Formats: sequence, structure tokens, C-alpha cells
Amino acid sequence: MKILVCISNVPDTTAKINFTADNKSFDKNGVQYVINPWDEYALTRAIELKEAKGGTVTVLNVGEADTEPNIRKALAIGADDAIRVNAYPKDSFFVAQQIAAIAKENSYDIILMGKESIDYNGFQVHNMVGELLGIPSVTPAFKLDLLDDTTARLEREIEGGKEIVEVKLPFVASAQQPMSEPRIPNMRGIMTARTKPLKVVEPVGAEAKTSIAAYSKPEKKGGVKMIDPENAGELITLLRNEAKVL
Amino acid sequence: MSVLVFVEGLNGEIKNSSLEAASYGSQVATALGATATAVAIGDVNEAALARLGEQGISKVLFDADARLKQFVADAYVAVIAAAAQKENAKVLVFSNTGIGATVGSKLAVRLNGSLATNVTTLPKTEGGTFTVTRSVFSGKAFADVELTADVKIIAVKKNAIDISRNSGNTATVENFSASLADADFAVAPKETVMQDSEGGILLPEAERVVSGGRGLKGPENWHLVEDLAKAIGAATACSKPVSDQDWRPHHEHVGQTGITISPNLYIAIGISGAIQHLAGVNSSKVIVVINKDPEAPFFKAADYGIVGDAFEVVPKLIEAAKALDK
Ligand SMILES: Cc1cc2nc3c(=O)[nH]c(=O)nc-3n(C[C@H](O)[C@H](O)[C@H](O)COP(=O)(O)OP(=O)(O)OC[C@H]3O[C@@H](n4cnc5c(N)ncnc54)[C@H](O)[C@@H]3O)c2cc1C
Repeated sequence: MKILVCISNVPDTTAKINFTADNKSFDKNGVQYVINPWDEYALTRAIELKEAKGGTVTVLNVGEADTEPNIRKALAIGADDAIRVNAYPKDSFFVAQQIAAIAKENSYDIILMGKESIDYNGFQVHNMVGELLGIPSVTPAFKLDLLDDTTARLEREIEGGKEIVEVKLPFVASAQQPMSEPRIPNMRGIMTARTKPLKVVEPVGAEAKTSIAAYSKPEKKGGVKMIDPENAGELITLLRNEAKVL
Repeated sequence: MSVLVFVEGLNGEIKNSSLEAASYGSQVATALGATATAVAIGDVNEAALARLGEQGISKVLFDADARLKQFVADAYVAVIAAAAQKENAKVLVFSNTGIGATVGSKLAVRLNGSLATNVTTLPKTEGGTFTVTRSVFSGKAFADVELTADVKIIAVKKNAIDISRNSGNTATVENFSASLADADFAVAPKETVMQDSEGGILLPEAERVVSGGRGLKGPENWHLVEDLAKAIGAATACSKPVSDQDWRPHHEHVGQTGITISPNLYIAIGISGAIQHLAGVNSSKVIVVINKDPEAPFFKAADYGIVGDAFEVVPKLIEAAKALDK
């Protein structure tokens, strides 16, 4: 079983979001980067499947050299090898084409990634990769099991419930909670990660189809109005007459 | 050339998020001097489709194929792609639901188009460019994104666009079908399990949401959340630890690693307001926080707050809400 897990490098969930003075780029100053939390669910599920059935887990990141600490972290958690496509991830379509190109070369049985990145919030790449490769994409999945060597059973979230799907390998799936319990790398993992192969390849020619012109931040809230708990019913009156939401 | 809007049905009616998308699409069409057509698939009744005229839609292409009552991604993509071709659509509009974003992503590849999901504004089209604003960094920022391809695909974030209501206008409904291959059904669901919250309001579609956190101590106390929700016609939600401990089902978990919602009213009971929780709810229009700790970070993000014990405060709210005339 060959599993490819795509990870992206994102600001930590508690990071302050600021932009450069021209509002054209994200201000990385003092920001800690982590593996995208949703990608971690994909990564740990892939490692669990490998532990149960044998095979290999390859992690793939489309990014510049500064993403390598998190690629090493994925290796420390338990992936076998890694590929970094040496390019700035311009947009979802660009990234999807890089992933599809790597997948075509290596014929993986399963391609996993998180349902979206917490910075761009696209929810796009998995379906684009499936479409580019002409294989099923199941998304967002919170359960993934192999029925046998050729078929997987997934549960995916839909509004108000869930859907159970069976697909033939190969396929793409995007992960969300609670597909697995993300792991913290142990000392042995961190030691062996240093010597695991991390291949750097140049991107294939692909055009981005969107470009970011500027960033902005939401307007600040006007401040909170406090209501006396003894007179809590007052809140309902305010919600109707002042906020006009009831 | 035209603007094509995909509308989703729910129990025969059209989802509010799709009425927002239709209103969006017809405003784009007006700005571009084009017409706005809708495409609908599966479980929607024709009278509801005709009423899309109120949102400025002139014509609806309707595929009533019984196999498509449930969402089947590739089959839906095939139908919408055929409709886009028939209408020579250069702008395709979806609501930013799981269905809308999925179909939009696949169509972006098939039609070689530019895609923006999570969109919060109408396009700016000065100087021949086409730029929309989208929500990024989990609601903590916005990005203006230029769509550079010939075909533009937009998924509109819930509650970002007002629904237009030009009462009396009706759209013509035409039967439509596309030829579907077996492969289009390769990922058809084997089984669907609905776990609707009481009252049957879907959380992502809800105008109002009442949400509970660890401060409620245990699932046996959720009647407080449910009764308040029922009294004001709201859906129910929860924080991550609540669903992690199986006090509530997973699809109710909102936040960074759960779903993102943007209702008109979000009432948080016994939730501390961790940054990862806020990420899922910060674009709600009005936020109410009920917490016994005056230092709870959630108060900084709130419009209305009550410092008090939920077990004393919430029953008073339920009583006051029941007393409102509807
Ligand atoms: C990578 C990552 C992703 C995460 N994603 C999410 C996410 O998607 N969604 C999410 O919610 N969290 C998420 N979290 C967890 C988040 O950091 C918080 O731990 C979580 O939101 C806390 O939930 P809570 O507010 O219910 O519980 P607590 O933080 O324990 O807060 C309980 C609150 O209830 C109040 N309280 C107690 N008793 C009463 C009472 N009787 N009456 C009134 N108030 C009372 C307390 O004062 C307290 O403020 C994530 C964390 C990480 C690290």
C-alpha cells in the first residue's frame, strides 16, 4: 500500500494575523508555523493504515525551503519519506497540478490531505486533484477503513448527518476530525527523521488562475454590552428591539 | 453570455444559502449586462424554482433525474457543466456549502476556470479585472482575489449577501438533462444517516444558533441549550471538547477544526472563547456570551454578555423568549 499525504505549512492556530505595510503579503514576523491541523488527521490515519497493513507513507509539500522543519516533523511522526516541490504555493489550482504530477509519476493507492488549510480556507485542492487524475475524491471524510486490498469504506460529513461511501483504490480523500488522533513525535522519531529521504523537485509548468491583490482585516466590534444576570430576560428584549435578530 | 447559479434543494424547498447565491448571481449579471440562469438538480419542487424570479433569475434548468435526489458529485458536475455550455456561462455561482465548493472545484478543472470559495462581496470589475473578497485565516482576515481565467467560479459564503425579494417575478422552469456515465456514480453514497438536531434546522443554514461548551458540565444538561434553541427557532452547536467527549454529535462542533458558521445570532453558553473556537463563529453578526467568569476571553468578541451561572441565567432566557409574540 502506497499512501501519499499532502501537508501544508500554516501559521499556528493562535498566531496573530497581520500583513505587511502594503497589505500585499502575510507578515511572518514572530509567527510560528505548524503542519495544517486537518493535514495531521490525514497523516496519522495514513501511518495507522501502514502499521496495520504494511506499505509506505510519503509526505508531499508544495512550498519553499522554509517549510522543511514541518516536513521533518511529519517524518518524525512516522512518514517514511518526503517530497518538497520547490515553489511558492500560488493558488489551489497550481498546488493541485503539482500534486497530480507527483501522483502520476508514483502511482499511489491513496492520496490524503486535510479538508482545507487554516490560512487560505479553500476546500478545493482534494477535489481538483481527483479531477486532474480522473479518480474519485471523497471529502470531507472523518472515517477511513480498508475493506480489502482494493476497496475502502469512508464516512464523510454532510449537512445534518453523514454519508457512507465505498470506493475502489486509487482515490483521494480529505480528512477532518475525528479521522485519527494526531501524534506527538517521540525522541526516536525525531532522531530517525533526520536521515529519512527528503527529495526536492522543481515544479511542473502550471499557471495559477487567481492572484491576491490585497489583504484586510475585519472591522473591530463596537464593544460588549453587559446585562445584569438578575434581569437576564432583558437580553431577549434587546435582541429583538435593538439588534433585531429575533 | 450568461451567469449560471447552482441552487440546492432541501426537502423540496430551496436552501437560504442558495437564495443568497441566486441574488448574488443576478446582481453580477446586471453589472455585466448578462442574464442570470439557475440550474437545479434532484429534490426541489417546481413551484419553489419558479419563485427564483424573486431573486432575479429568469430561467431555471431543472434535472429531475431520480438517481440525483442525493448528491453524487461527478453526476452533478456533468449536469452543471452541460448547463454552463448550453448557456455559454462565463460566471458560475454556488453557495459555499460542502456541495457547492466540491462541484465548484471540479468544474474549475473541467472548464479551466478561476475559482474563489468563501466569497463575501460582489465582484469589482473596474479596468477589465474581476476581483472578489474572500474570507481567509479562519475569519480573521479578508483577501481581495483577482480571477484571471475566462470562466469565473464563485462560492458565496453564507450570510454575506442579502436575499433580494422582488415579489411577483417568476422564472420559467425548463426540463434539462445531461448524459451520465456509470463512472459518474462511482462515489454514490451507500447509505446516508441524518442526525438532525431537534427542530430539523441545519446548522450551516441556520439564522440563529445556540451553542454550549464544557461549562454545561454534561450531556444531561443540554436541555438548556435545546429549549432555548427551540424557543427562538435556532439550531444547536457545541465546542470541540463537548463533541470530543461525545456529549454532542460531531457535526455540531464549530471552530477551527469543526465547521464554520456565520448566523445572524450566535449565543455561546459556558464556552470560554478560545481562539480556535472563535475561528468558526467570528463572522456571526451578533454574538451573545453567557459565562460565569467575567475574564472569559469570549466577552472581547461579544456584542452582548451576561456574567452569571448558566444554570440560573438560561432558564430566565427561555422564559422570556417563550413570552415573545412570534
Ligand atoms: C489545533 C487546535 C484546534 C482546535 N479546534 C477547536 C475547534 O474547532 N472548536 C473549539 O471549540 N475548540 C477548538 N480547540 C480547543 C480550544 O482551544 C478550547 O480548548 C475549547 O474551545 C474550549 O472549549 P470550552 O470553551 O467548551 O471549554 P472551556 O475552555 O473549559 O470553557 C468552559 C467555560 O465555561 C465557563 N463555565 C463553567 N461553568 C459555568 C456555568 N455554570 N455557567 C456559565 N459558564 C460556566 C467557564 O468559565 C469557561 O469559560 C482547538 C484547539 C487546538 C489546539
